Amino acid sequence: MYDFAYHKPSSLADAVKLLAEDPDAKPISGGMTLLPALKHRLNMPTALIDLSGIAELRGIKREGDAIVIGAMVKHFEVATDPQIMAAIPALARMAATIGDTQVRNRGTIGGSLANNDPAADYPAAALALGATLITDRRQIPADDFFVGMFTTAMEPGELLIGVSFPIPEKAGYAKLRNPASRYSMTGVFVAKGPKGVGVGVNGAASCAFRQKEMEAALAANWSPEAVANIRQPANDLNSDIHGSAEYRANLVTVMAKRAVADAG
Amino acid sequence: MSEAHHPAAAPPRAVPPAPDGDWPIATLTLRVNGQAHRLAMDTRTTLLDALRDHLGLTGAKPGCNQGACGACTVLIDGKRMNACLTLAVATQGQEITTIEGLAEGEALHPMQQAFIDHDAFQCGYCTPGQIISAVACIREGHAGSAEEIREFMSGNLCRCGAYPNIVKAVQDVAAKGGA
Ligand SMILES: Cc1cc2nc3c(=O)[nH]c(=O)nc-3n(C[C@H](O)[C@H](O)[C@H](O)COP(=O)(O)OP(=O)(O)OC[C@H]3O[C@@H](n4cnc5c(N)ncnc54)[C@H](O)[C@@H]3O)c2cc1C
Repeated sequence: MYDFAYHKPSSLADAVKLLAEDPDAKPISGGMTLLPALKHRLNMPTALIDLSGIAELRGIKREGDAIVIGAMVKHFEVATDPQIMAAIPALARMAATIGDTQVRNRGTIGGSLANNDPAADYPAAALALGATLITDRRQIPADDFFVGMFTTAMEPGELLIGVSFPIPEKAGYAKLRNPASRYSMTGVFVAKGPKGVGVGVNGAASCAFRQKEMEAALAANWSPEAVANIRQPANDLNSDIHGSAEYRANLVTVMAKRAVADAG
Repeated sequence: MSEAHHPAAAPPRAVPPAPDGDWPIATLTLRVNGQAHRLAMDTRTTLLDALRDHLGLTGAKPGCNQGACGACTVLIDGKRMNACLTLAVATQGQEITTIEGLAEGEALHPMQQAFIDHDAFQCGYCTPGQIISAVACIREGHAGSAEEIREFMSGNLCRCGAYPNIVKAVQDVAAKGGA
């Protein structure tokens, strides 16, 4: 790691100010992704702004027909929160499959969404559920938020403060975990809700995406059979030592079927 | 190595002198195994390095140093976490428990005894992390079946492959009323 100053502001306003004053400062939430990157010297922030002392970034609440989750809420909290388990159980089940207990006890939903790892779990749920990402300066629909590999629509110095998930009628999730790293080889989150049917795919391409052909098929007929013959084109999918693009394309269909069955 | 190389509680080493570079130094209080320690260290120091290099508590081990192997697992406010992916400065005001804090004097913690009874290790490098994690696994209520134990102990890798006996040790302690 290169050296950095460390600040732990106790209010959102102070954190935003610290980030505005120093363009080379970086926020740190769980550190589960940022610290490994710093150890590899992939990053050289002048200062780390620790978000763990900011009350405004914590908490899970129901607001009308949505569940609003603070950016600093940890994966284990999403997995075990009674309100989320009741309103969007598939989201809680998804959180319970992230990494392992040690990772879930420190890693946060805000850090994961801001990082937008192609294999991260949450982006697929945000896309399928039609979530809204709330920052210190605006609200961004999930469709506009995930821009590309490790890239979001947020500007430098912009802080994610939470995410609002409309409560669906039904939702389900299935993924094939890489047996060693446990990251998603391909995962599919399906939801039927106020905004229609959403199908979000992670792990397969450079960025999570919506499978619109499957969305149309499920809107007409909500059943695993409806997606069974839909083939995801392999052109833009990832090929690596873990699997070819063709293999991942096939997984999109298999995981979509399982996700619909999971939703019931 | 002989026993003499593994004293139960190594005397804390002196705080290294402030380096002569101009990088940021944090002065902080770490609460470890019920004791408060006032220390000065580079802000980059991970909790793992602080425990090992500043306090001489070498139970928690550096393995992958990227949060994947669990050899560095400690409890922070009762929750298991990877000390290698935690900055020491970020743990102020929190209570840290390491493997050195489990035994009561000469009396081993039931989980330590169970690991011996079930031969739940070979080289022993991952063992402190396994034991801390196993204690938390039971306290979380995730030690029901062998399958559940395997899932909730998945953050702790054992390259010797002692998993079957680790599961038995956890089941044994869970059956005898917990950790
Ligand atoms: C062994 C291991 C296994 C894992 N397995 C999985 C898995 O299966 N699935 C999965 O989805 N993830 C997995 N992860 C990643 C994990 O979920 C991380 O917690 C997550 O990606 C990042 O969250 P964090 O809170 O740790 O963020 P940090 O590492 O603190 O930050 C990540 C990035 O986001 C920025 N950032 C953080 N918070 C904010 C904010 N509020 N506003 C703006 N920017 C912000 C930081 O500056 C940094 O660039 C794994 C990690 C490890 C170490």
